[in-house]
Amino acid sequence: MALQHLLGIQELSAEEILTLLDTARSFREILDRPIKKVPALRGITICNAFYESSTRTRLSFELAEKRLSADSVNFAVSGSSVSKGESLRDTIRNIEAMKVDIVVIRHWASGAAAYLARHLVARVINAGDGQHEHPTQALLDFYTIRERKGRIAGLKVAIVGDILHSRVARSNIWGLTRLGAEVCLVAPRTLLPEGIERMGVRVETDLASGLRDADVIYLLRLQLERQKGGFLPSLREYAMAYGLDRERARLAAADALIMHPGPMNRGVEIQQDVADGPQSVILEQVANGVAVRMAVLYLVSGGSPPEPVGMTPVIPAAHPAGR
Amino acid sequence: MAITPEAKVLWEKAETILLRGGRIVDPEAGLDGPGDAFLRRGRVELVAPAIHREADLAVELRGLVLAPGFGDLHVHLREPGREDAETIATGSRAAALGGFTRVACMPNTDPPLDTRAAVEFVLRQARACGLARVFPVAAATRGRAGAELTDMGELREAGVLAVSDDGSPVADARVMRRVLEYARTWGLLVVTHAEEPALSRGGVMHEGYWSTLLGLRGIPAAAEGIAVARDVRLAELTGARLHVAHVSTAEAVETIRAAKRRGVAVTAETAPHYIALTDEALKTYDSVYRVNPPLRSEDDRAAVIAGLRDGTLDAVATDHAPHTEIDKEQELEATPAGMIGMETALGVTLEVLHHREGFDLPRVVRLLSAGPAAVMGWGGGRIRLGEDADLTVFDGDASWTVDPGAFASRARNCPFRGWSLRGRARLTVCSGKLTHEEGVEFCPSERLLSRLP
Repeated sequence: MALQHLLGIQELSAEEILTLLDTARSFREILDRPIKKVPALRGITICNAFYESSTRTRLSFELAEKRLSADSVNFAVSGSSVSKGESLRDTIRNIEAMKVDIVVIRHWASGAAAYLARHLVARVINAGDGQHEHPTQALLDFYTIRERKGRIAGLKVAIVGDILHSRVARSNIWGLTRLGAEVCLVAPRTLLPEGIERMGVRVETDLASGLRDADVIYLLRLQLERQKGGFLPSLREYAMAYGLDRERARLAAADALIMHPGPMNRGVEIQQDVADGPQSVILEQVANGVAVRMAVLYLVSGGSPPEPVGMTPVIPAAHPAGR
Repeated sequence: MAITPEAKVLWEKAETILLRGGRIVDPEAGLDGPGDAFLRRGRVELVAPAIHREADLAVELRGLVLAPGFGDLHVHLREPGREDAETIATGSRAAALGGFTRVACMPNTDPPLDTRAAVEFVLRQARACGLARVFPVAAATRGRAGAELTDMGELREAGVLAVSDDGSPVADARVMRRVLEYARTWGLLVVTHAEEPALSRGGVMHEGYWSTLLGLRGIPAAAEGIAVARDVRLAELTGARLHVAHVSTAEAVETIRAAKRRGVAVTAETAPHYIALTDEALKTYDSVYRVNPPLRSEDDRAAVIAGLRDGTLDAVATDHAPHTEIDKEQELEATPAGMIGMETALGVTLEVLHHREGFDLPRVVRLLSAGPAAVMGWGGGRIRLGEDADLTVFDGDASWTVDPGAFASRARNCPFRGWSLRGRARLTVCSGKLTHEEGVEFCPSERLLSRLP
């Protein structure tokens, strides 16, 4: 599979997504070995350019890069100190000057990854751009669902929360619908973007209706500033109407997975007992994230997908990407 | 392409000029057919199906259309303040190249055109360049701040025909009411930039399916619809003349249609990009497509074209908005809104309305000449005998590829780069003076040649 960049799930076919997930499985096995390192990306230079604070995505990428023996440099800019427009152009110049092969970018502006991909020789991996896409998060979500449920096609997935501002929701909707899941979005009308139904999803404003018989409950983080933005009257009311507690979780299938991209607002979108309960796979998501990002880095750097599942995975060294 | 020095000399030295063999399309005069025009010392002396007169210079218009000079009701010339993006001289050259002889320039300069001195500066610069008649639209409120009225009486004396805070809406309905009443006192037209700012704030594109997919903050169509409805009602209340700039939505078209039916003194324009592009263009995140009001949905595009067809919309105006490459080359959220348009307006309008939508040529010509003239009351709009010639000659079928690198405008933020368009200005005559010529055959008489140095 030729993967030039990873800008979003939108441009991936179901087949490509599954190939990515299969590749991730090979890497997941490596992570369980005593020596968790392979030389697949030796000699490849990666720049992690983070224009927005991020803890787990950045750690996850850095760890994935180290496991693959890549050389990586970090480039973090706090959004407020730099005048908005200059920053991205300057990144391009800096990156170009540093002669890196792959750029992992997290940016507050939707389309930032696409912008870089247009202007750089290096390959680009989108680690979250504005409210547009967060493809590696979605891939690790698909991976987690598939490992637990054995499939994605035919599953009922309820995505609950701030759809309007969520890049995680958009990436998940693209992928889940493409892989044959039934997706239902649950949110108050103020947090549902215009025309979202056209993405092939069902929309509910009532949590109970949305959760009924779901195989997966995916909760989104509610940014605390949404109250000030006038989208919600109070976090209290949100928690009362849309927060997931054990009682409500019972509306879904008995073995439903409970997922969250983190960081959680315990007591707002999710109650403590559910977050840490037996159905929660939230920490597995984090663990799988490293393997999924290894797979993405590997394929974007020019590596070929592994042999079919069941064979012993042999990860060859990738071709040097980019220049 | 500029005028060749030879053509310029021939035109200037010729006392009489015969424009012959073209198709004359002058909808106001009810003319559409083969014809010649005879000019003496820059004035139109005769227009007739066939003129058999000796002239110092004959200009061959076979296969071309001779129309009244085009007018653009809405341009931003950026001078004073942002001469790095455009100047009155480069903007005038772009106008001439696009076939325009009259342009109305908006007051959102730095400083804004809210005083007599500022207006006179623009007029002086335009005269010095002499390639287009520039009509400054003055600010409606001081500093375009939406609070205090400008000295409209004095501005009127300086030559202003219309006031507007274009670039920003007049947010306060009470202030807008006073603007309309006071403008009416001086016989000034009020041009409204119709946008409800509380609904549009922070938006970068049309709110709809595409903004949802792209994760970009949307500007709902209602932000325009509400503002148009408000201003139409205020025009009714005050009896003032209202002109709605850059109409982009179906609901605005419908509101204006209903108002006109009621007899409200309202006119409206749309821009070539609203008939040629939709919000889907933003899917590349290319900032060249960021404009305000934003590119709308396909339904809106169709409704705007229907508005032009039935006369609800009076004119096509470019909203030519030059920006430097440095300003445009940024994340969408950070980039200024606006696109240039004078050099592609005729091509896009003919391509979309004439070639694809089946508008006949007189209707398209009207939208670019008599339509704007009736809105602004700046004269022209038809070929008038005895007056300084204001003429546009174009080839309605000539196919060309848009290359912003070849533009006279200082800016390059053109959304039609690489488009193939049918229709191009070949000759522009402004106040009897040749301001643009491209590939037209000039046949000087022996007498004229003998007079040349």
